[in-house]
Amino acid sequence: MTLKLGVPSKGRLMEKTFDWFGARGITLQRTGSEREYAGRVDGIDNVALMLLSAGEIPRELAAGRIHLGVTGTDLVQEKLALWDQQVESLEELKFGHADLIIAVPQAWIDVDTLDDLDAAAAAFRERHGFRMRIATKYHRLTREFLRTHGVADYALVDSQGATEGTVANETAEAISDITSSGETLRANHLKILSDGMILQSQATLWRSRAAAMDDTDRETLAELTKTLFG
Amino acid sequence: MPTRSETLARATALRAIFEGQGAALVEPPILQPAGTLLDLYGEDIRARAYVTSDALRGEQMMRPDFTVPVVQMHMAHGAEPARYTYAGEVFRRQEHDPDRPNEFVQVGYEVFDRKDPAAADAEVFALIHDALAGLPVRAVTGDIGVLMAAVQGLETTQARKDALMRHIWRPRRFRALLERFAGRSAVPATRVALLAGKAATDAPVIGLRSPDEIAARVQALKEDAAAAPISAQQVDLIEALLDVRETMPHALSRLHDLAVDMPEIATAVARVAEREAALAARGVPTDRLLFEASYGRASMEYYDGFVFGFRAEARADLPAIASGGRYDALTRRLGQGAEIPAVGGVIRPGLILELEGAQ
Repeated sequence: MTLKLGVPSKGRLMEKTFDWFGARGITLQRTGSEREYAGRVDGIDNVALMLLSAGEIPRELAAGRIHLGVTGTDLVQEKLALWDQQVESLEELKFGHADLIIAVPQAWIDVDTLDDLDAAAAAFRERHGFRMRIATKYHRLTREFLRTHGVADYALVDSQGATEGTVANETAEAISDITSSGETLRANHLKILSDGMILQSQATLWRSRAAAMDDTDRETLAELTKTLFG
Repeated sequence: MPTRSETLARATALRAIFEGQGAALVEPPILQPAGTLLDLYGEDIRARAYVTSDALRGEQMMRPDFTVPVVQMHMAHGAEPARYTYAGEVFRRQEHDPDRPNEFVQVGYEVFDRKDPAAADAEVFALIHDALAGLPVRAVTGDIGVLMAAVQGLETTQARKDALMRHIWRPRRFRALLERFAGRSAVPATRVALLAGKAATDAPVIGLRSPDEIAARVQALKEDAAAAPISAQQVDLIEALLDVRETMPHALSRLHDLAVDMPEIATAVARVAEREAALAARGVPTDRLLFEASYGRASMEYYDGFVFGFRAEARADLPAIASGGRYDALTRRLGQGAEIPAVGGVIRPGLILELEGAQ
């Protein structure tokens, strides 16, 4: 059998992952045309490269359809219940840094903490007749964070992209989203709450606890770990 | 694990007990309108409801319990007094524990009767107590109304009381607020700057929250900063109240003691005493019955008076086998001006069978 390694199929995350493995003597590359999601691995035998959407890698790991996968901590924790029972973190790859944060309009001078957000949400509900809306694609992480910190009277609204624009578009009052430099937030007149950090994420190499392995796979994994981490 | 047909058979038998008390059988649809109804649940249930939508009817949820649909039905066209019973599946997403079902059967009994609340509380509790006789379960009771009365009785601004009332369901948050209102926690630097008028911004106002809403909150914060702190003695009394966790007779004597220093809770404490008498009259051994002043605070959000739960004695991993309480405020919110005192409870027949199987 072959050990299946899932890697993000496009963009900087793919390039950086290729660089990270390349620097450790294992060459990952796409084969075929620019648009084809096929790949090959040089520098070790019996490893197959699967190019997948970063968002699907947690699910594939949990289902055991891939043995190893590279994706962000944020996606693993959002998509997998009891994630640490389903996957094991082998190595943080020191790139793909992103913080999941809560942000509100800069004009809200009265809101700097979760405590303020909660009070503002109560007043907002009173005034507008509905709960303050927080746009996000990280429903689980956001909900748990807000519950832990006792924020009430909010409702999560789903936003799968351009989340920073939802406030100006009046489809949400605040957002919970990934940011790396904060530039997009500033450009959209948003600020991060001082205690609004939900999670610090980075690209991580994960091992599936569910994927079946035969003796060859175990040897391959041992050899791969030795090559990567010495 | 009991099979589905065993569970449903037991549910029917339990429902027959309630029908024998004259309860009318009701069967609310599985799919319920999500919007306003979902809003009535506390976040514990609300976040776990399965919500779906179609182009014609908009957002709908799979009923996460029966109580809210039954209250809605009663407030729309119920005669009073009324007693209802039902049996069927409820649906709740599980996000942490894969061993907990996301679909389970509840059998319930709800009483809408303004005549004698203590008797109605005792009726619901005693019926469930008797239905569970012989099982290794232990009942805990509480009354969120005592804590609510204590908060309303604090010598402080109405804004602070409202904030505490709003978080009465979130123990951690409640304590943090109480500490702050008592002047015991540090004020964040950003708040100090804001109060000193040094938080101006030239950022454009975006979104629905308007400049006057922001100004109103700044004003409220200034008023709060000027208000006197809640006294240490009052904070201690609230904490002493939250610590009451005894068998009913001892709890009552603690509550009566506390009512000397907090006369505002006297009426609520009298209700606990009346309920104790009504329970005893129904044959419930109240000398062994537990009363916890903070019981149900974290999970039973629409209850505002009597609360109770029955837990398996040797199975801390199981959810409550039965639970319930009084929800007068819920009838007010669904009644559009009308209201009626109401109390109810549910039993989970699947858990009963599981306990019996282990015996």
